[in-house]
Amino acid sequence: MDSLQRAKEKISLGTRLERDDILALYEDNDLLYLAEAARHFKEAKTGKKIFYTVNRHINLTNVCKSNCPLCAYQCRSGDNRAFTLELDDVKKILRSAAQVSEVHIVSSLHPDKDFAYYVDAVKLTKKILPHVGINAFTPVEVVNFAKISGKTIAAVLSELISAGVTSLAGGGAEILSDRVREIICPKKCSAAEWLKVMRTAHRLGLRTNASMMFGHVETIAERIDHLLTLRDLQDETGGFVAMMLFPFHPANTELGKRFDLRGVGSWENLKMLALSRLTLDNFAHFKAFWVMLTLPIAQLALNFGADDLDGTLGEEKIIHAAGAKGSAAITRETLERIIVEAGYQPIERDSFYNEI
Amino acid sequence: MFVSGELERIERKVFSGERLTREDGELLFACNELSWLGVLADYVRKKVCGERVYYNVNCHVNLTNICAARCKFCAFGRGVDDKGAYAMTIDDAIKLVTEASGDPHLSGLHIVSGLHPTWTFEHYLSFVEILHEKFPRLHIKGFTGVEVQHFANISGLSVEEILIRLKAAGLEAIAGGGAEILTDRVRNMLCPKKATADQWLNVARTAHRLGIKTNASMLYGHIETLAERVEHLIRLRELQDETGGFQTFICFPFLPKNTALEKTIKQTTMWDDLRTMAISRLMLDNFPNIKAYWVMLTVPVAQVALSFGANDIDGTIHHENILHDAGATSPRRLDEDEIIKIIREAGRVPYVTGGI
Repeated sequence: MDSLQRAKEKISLGTRLERDDILALYEDNDLLYLAEAARHFKEAKTGKKIFYTVNRHINLTNVCKSNCPLCAYQCRSGDNRAFTLELDDVKKILRSAAQVSEVHIVSSLHPDKDFAYYVDAVKLTKKILPHVGINAFTPVEVVNFAKISGKTIAAVLSELISAGVTSLAGGGAEILSDRVREIICPKKCSAAEWLKVMRTAHRLGLRTNASMMFGHVETIAERIDHLLTLRDLQDETGGFVAMMLFPFHPANTELGKRFDLRGVGSWENLKMLALSRLTLDNFAHFKAFWVMLTLPIAQLALNFGADDLDGTLGEEKIIHAAGAKGSAAITRETLERIIVEAGYQPIERDSFYNEI
Repeated sequence: MFVSGELERIERKVFSGERLTREDGELLFACNELSWLGVLADYVRKKVCGERVYYNVNCHVNLTNICAARCKFCAFGRGVDDKGAYAMTIDDAIKLVTEASGDPHLSGLHIVSGLHPTWTFEHYLSFVEILHEKFPRLHIKGFTGVEVQHFANISGLSVEEILIRLKAAGLEAIAGGGAEILTDRVRNMLCPKKATADQWLNVARTAHRLGIKTNASMLYGHIETLAERVEHLIRLRELQDETGGFQTFICFPFLPKNTALEKTIKQTTMWDDLRTMAISRLMLDNFPNIKAYWVMLTVPVAQVALSFGANDIDGTIHHENILHDAGATSPRRLDEDEIIKIIREAGRVPYVTGGI
């Protein structure tokens, strides 16, 4: 039996895929086989349900000391695009977001703001919207908080939990390989630090999401290793709620310019989605993040293993800075319509996939 | 695979190469098994045309947007005095093609235009004659069945006579547009002033008899029923059985923006586009080529359509007008290397054609 046959055999038996299997499936490039397999995998887990949430993204600032080549969002403090929200601004945004069930707060690493600034933003959110989930801060930000406050990761996380954070965001994972990080985000936390934050959060009972940003300078083997690293940690802690893939948007980034990157096509996006779903057999949920994929491809992703279209968003700034074409917000009606058309049942959820 | 009952019966027919009936076609439209439809269509595509994906380096020439027909689904047609109305002179056309010839790979022209109320057949003909004389290397595909019928009406010549003269002037193939939905109910409502279903088919039949290849198309997603889509496909299949003269079938999802139907009809979703593509491949078992026209589908959906039965992605186009008037969001042209990249990522073999 060759490695491809072995991989397909494992899928039909529901056995865990290993590195060689995943590589064989990747190289076979049979998009519809992967779609069918991932769809059945998804339906075995969550049936005909497709989740979405009514949420609001808040990006506190785009001023950043990290200056990652992969990013089109960050800028320096003197830049004419620079903005930093003060608590009054945050208050205004929250007051206009009374209907949401989740607030998602991720930001750049501001060179002057102290940890208390971020904690206060969370406290304010909790005060104004006491019943919503607060999905906030990536491990990259948490590591920064530890650095600027002199506290341990565990202490930072505990303080965030007390302030009202209910789950950590899954971003900043990029590719968990130090070779890749050295090129795409040299000043950001290391792969080991990212994993340490997640492990610590899970130990403290704080659940988190996970992600992968692909389609830049990483190899296929590095993508697969990334997925296996996440799977191993999930085996250990069980603390990851949902996985999402971020195809790299090269427009307006230094990385895109330096390596003349074009971004992957819809084919590669859907293929990686299905393959990741099949690999991460211990993740309950998989998002098709429509802002990055565009709505049509996100709808199609429902046939490739995704069970969550993420949210209505309010105002998203980070990915749009890199030329994302998905509009900045959509209505609940639109999300429900495309789910129903795909033959699924729309379910509004909170941060933990409880039905609302 | 993963279906049962009637669908399993259809699946067996497809795998054994048996022709699908009208009822089968209607069942396929009624089911919502998108990736299953893809698997079947991809199987047939492989059998009929292998791994090549055709594209061409072409230039669209729309001689005028002034049109006597003013069909309800059209955003391109104008009255003589309307804002934005234009009619090219021969020099304008030569200038456009000269500019497009800056690309040394340019190999074909695609000439389709409005039914200008005062232009004579000889005037249209002169464009072909002169462009052919100036650019003898370029393959000229031009005029839809609707235009050919219009030329017959205004000149008093027979369709056959018109086609003979166009061929003598240098025309090598007839464009596939204007078929819309080949039922009189739909045509009476949407485009009563242009060629009837029988007239359209008669132009194609006559062209095939004269050794002129033609394309065929379907404009769907407006007021037609799903049964009418199937009817349309069957009428094309019957004519192809008779003549074998159709080269390529193209699905056109209706774009409502700036048309008389804008307020009542919503644009089709990618879900509908891909299933229609797949079902077309399955029903049109005697058509060699199915085209994923990226201008309408958008590039990401066209790429995925390569695994839903398509084996052609159209061309570089140079400057698209007709659908951009109807709010098409895709670019007006694509670079050849971008087309090649899209095809390769899908694991297929790019193959440039002379201009079909």
